[in-house]
Amino acid sequence: MDAKTGIFYVFAAILLFSAFRVITARNPVHAALFLVLAFFQAAAVWILLKAEFLAITLVLVYVGAVMVLFLFVVMMLDINLDSIRKGFWKHFPLAGAAGTIIALEMSYVLMGGFREPPQSASTVSAVGDIATQVSNTKELGKLLYSGYIYPLEVAAVILLVGMIAAIAMTLRERKDSKRTNPADQVRVKAADRIKLVKMESVLTAPVAVEEKKA
Amino acid sequence: MTLTLGHFLSLGAMLFAMSIIGIFLNRKNLIVLLMAIELMLLAVNMNFVAFSYYLNDMAGQVFVFFILTVAAAESAIGLAILVLLFRNKRSINVDELNTLQG
Repeated sequence: MDAKTGIFYVFAAILLFSAFRVITARNPVHAALFLVLAFFQAAAVWILLKAEFLAITLVLVYVGAVMVLFLFVVMMLDINLDSIRKGFWKHFPLAGAAGTIIALEMSYVLMGGFREPPQSASTVSAVGDIATQVSNTKELGKLLYSGYIYPLEVAAVILLVGMIAAIAMTLRERKDSKRTNPADQVRVKAADRIKLVKMESVLTAPVAVEEKKA
Repeated sequence: MTLTLGHFLSLGAMLFAMSIIGIFLNRKNLIVLLMAIELMLLAVNMNFVAFSYYLNDMAGQVFVFFILTVAAAESAIGLAILVLLFRNKRSINVDELNTLQG
């Protein structure tokens, strides 16, 4: 057992523990913070697999953006924890059974089919050679901007759609706030400001007012 | 004992099973449900990266990149829906979401 395997086991253990805490934490803020820990451990495992760019992207995009979004939303909502936690363990037998069955089936297949060490040391060393010649980021960038340029554009559009949808859904017009509309102010003309009403002069009216005063 | 593909795939499988359990348990908390879905995507991405390394094929990592993109958009829209839902119903309990009578 070499050092790399030991490091892998440490990261995997922390990853699984933090995943367990994410799904069982009482406070959603704690769940979000444990999810951050899980993402960090996953990034470390990916670095073991020589996928540095994706590991850094995971930390930047997920920990830096998505999890901060989660934390803000959790803090904005005023959740009644007691009503949410009521009956939490009621579904545990079913959940545990489903999870165990999935894990056992998958590890049966995986350990049956993928257990043997890489057939030839050449494949792994070839990856290592590529990694020394061209960095993972450069390799991925070459692939993304040549063969996968069309999917990349689609991904950009998806991000734009997501952004617009999120803003449009949560934007709300406040009915109770008194404010001026700058666009209306700029567009206003002199004719809108003052209105001249033509009316015939009536001589008796001032007399009537004076009579009331007296 | 060196690391094999089976190690990483088993880790991904265990992570996936863990998030399945989370989805069963957190039936009342929509936020933790979304977090469990993020964990599921992480498990899938783990498999992609592992295969990409052991089969020496960069296409797997490209796919992980796109999954990350879509997952970020998905969680942004999901959280927006969550905020909207809480504004209207004052609750994030999944059991109370029966307005559509589905």
